Amino acid sequence: MAEKNIIELRGVAKSYDGRNEVISDINLEVKEGEFVTLLGPSGCGKTTILRMIGGFETPTRGEILLEGEDISVLSPNLRPVNTVFQKYALFPHLSVYDNIAFGLRLKKMPKSEMDEKVKKVLDIVDLEGFEERSISTLSGGQQQRIAIARAIVNEPKVLLLDEPLSALDYKMRKEMQLELKKMHKLLGITFIFVTHDQEEALTMSDKVVVMARGQLQQVGTPEDIYNEPANVFVADFIGESNIFNGVMLEDKKASFADTVFQTVDDYPRDTKIDAVIRPEDIDIVEPGKGQITGVVTSCDFKGTFYVSFIQCDQYEFEVHGFKQLKENEKVGLSIDPDMIHIIKYDTSMNHFAGRLSAYHNGVFTLAFGNSRMDLGLEVLFEGATDSDGYPVDKNGDVIDWENLQLEVSFDPGDATMSDDPAEGDATGSILSLYYIGDHYSYTVKTKNDLLYIVDDEFLWNIGDTVGVSVPAEHLSIKVREEESNE
Amino acid sequence: MNKNEKTVSLMLIPYVLFLIVFVVLPLLVVIYYGFTDQQGNISFSNFINFFGNTRTVGTMVYSFGIAIITTVICLLLGYPVAYILAKGSYARKHAFLMIFVLPMWINFTLRITALKEILTMVEGNIALHPFFNTIVCMVYDFLPFMIMPLFNSIAKLDDSLTEAGRDLGATGAQVFFKIVIPLTIPGIVSAITMVFLPAMTNYVVLDMVYNSTYIMGSLIGSYFNAYDWNNGSVISAILLIMIAVLTVISNRIMRGKDDQNR
Repeated sequence: MAEKNIIELRGVAKSYDGRNEVISDINLEVKEGEFVTLLGPSGCGKTTILRMIGGFETPTRGEILLEGEDISVLSPNLRPVNTVFQKYALFPHLSVYDNIAFGLRLKKMPKSEMDEKVKKVLDIVDLEGFEERSISTLSGGQQQRIAIARAIVNEPKVLLLDEPLSALDYKMRKEMQLELKKMHKLLGITFIFVTHDQEEALTMSDKVVVMARGQLQQVGTPEDIYNEPANVFVADFIGESNIFNGVMLEDKKASFADTVFQTVDDYPRDTKIDAVIRPEDIDIVEPGKGQITGVVTSCDFKGTFYVSFIQCDQYEFEVHGFKQLKENEKVGLSIDPDMIHIIKYDTSMNHFAGRLSAYHNGVFTLAFGNSRMDLGLEVLFEGATDSDGYPVDKNGDVIDWENLQLEVSFDPGDATMSDDPAEGDATGSILSLYYIGDHYSYTVKTKNDLLYIVDDEFLWNIGDTVGVSVPAEHLSIKVREEESNE
Repeated sequence: MNKNEKTVSLMLIPYVLFLIVFVVLPLLVVIYYGFTDQQGNISFSNFINFFGNTRTVGTMVYSFGIAIITTVICLLLGYPVAYILAKGSYARKHAFLMIFVLPMWINFTLRITALKEILTMVEGNIALHPFFNTIVCMVYDFLPFMIMPLFNSIAKLDDSLTEAGRDLGATGAQVFFKIVIPLTIPGIVSAITMVFLPAMTNYVVLDMVYNSTYIMGSLIGSYFNAYDWNNGSVISAILLIMIAVLTVISNRIMRGKDDQNR
């Protein structure tokens, strides 16, 4: 495979309203001939990226290069790129032939050559002889194939596929996955594929790009993504995982789930970590053998394996295996150190999911973590006013604040700790501390297991009960935006 | 028949009665007068009168002419407006649409009276430009009826189809003529029906702008004013037949399009 970049995104960001960015600062390289999948939950920005490459959206910042040339503002009809749309977007007033020949006609291709090309792509998508059929007589799967044929007949440099299989039933989808992969090999065209189905992404791609909240989480081969997730989000999103908060001890040992485990990954002592273990990597052994012992709470048959949940004190392990376990049976869990994946915990920022819990006279109550605080109406909604006790936006529409999902983040340096637990918004005990050059980084764990990270120049002790105050004016609050077309 | 169906059929009775009294009976009356002579004998003389007379046939042709010109101008003006309103990314496009269709709710004689004043201010003596003024007033009167169905039809058009057209290499204009227009033909047909048929008979506008020429509507009016119900009815019947034919044709076109879209 050539090592040339066919598509390159440099610092690309997109905002629809000038305030909230749907995607921010994306850097991505796609090599010629690669099958790349953009994977992420609904609203993560993957479709927006595809639409920017296709030319249907213009980036707010950054540039999109095709073979080294900036195409970010080029019209879609001038890009050597074709798209297979989610709902196929076949022209209902044209026959199968005319749909496929649409792009060729615009290029003024002679009829005989056109006939030949249409015949060839119909052959590739396995619909020989469908030329004169009308679109309305085709099944969903056939329409899907025609949509692919219509795109590849133009011999694009890059084929964009926007969740093309999501409307098909399970069996059909599996079949099309394999066929698309075959087509990719046969045609040698670069494929950029968008999906929210992790299994689909892992099956089909050379390279998977995992996205969340408008940012790239990890880029790698399907094996890398599965075996070495870069962060907790990727671990959680791709396949099933057991994730535990913990801390590194010396000599490649980690402590999590109240147990010390030998690991292969090594980080300095006292590094805060998350340990990720795949359910199929845990072996059931006799109680007392293995690293940890627990009680089976459930065991369900899933066709080719059993899914069991094992309670070890307060920690629950999900285990996939071929052996049926009895409920309430005592078992030991054995985990190969190689199968424990250690992810360094991000201590540079506090992130919380937040919401607005009340509204009164132009002031919202913002709730995140264990913190509650007043938030002026204008902070979130520019130009909004109070009208008869209801918040209305600058267009005069009542704001639907109850269902807003917020992301609240703040710098650990802006939070303060106090030894009077009653003084802060949240109360907890100090779980860990590290000295970082000129200050300490503290992790404060609340009773309900939420973690606040606070920087402070003074030394406190592990286990101290403290109150944490978060200054409202230093909060960064983002409204979680759904993608415009989803 | 279960109880529910019974209630529904009972509820239909007043509407059926309404249809009989105000639609079916008048139609029968029109047909009766159209095909009888003054003495009440069955006769085709009214038909022969109409088609044998160059003046009445000329009126029919003139009516067609006015209706066609009005419809074409309305279509040329209305389509871009409807397209911009339906597909533009204006936050307040429904408010804009409202402004365009608002005149529909004001009685048209009032609107024409107002327009007449404006035309008088511009032209001085409006009796000097009867044909031009007729067309201006007709277009003004019927434009909202053109925009509404077009707007509905264009708004229903899936954006991914126009995007697919662009994606396959079509320019904006090519997408418009190869995709948007063909796929909004049902809207175009119903908009044309909404304008063309009433425009053929709307003689009040001609009267108001001192256009002394007759159209089909004025012809019917003058016969009935002279108590010649027979000749008035036959023209009504001819118009009804034309309307029926046009409706059948437009339904055909629409049904064909629906099949494609399914």
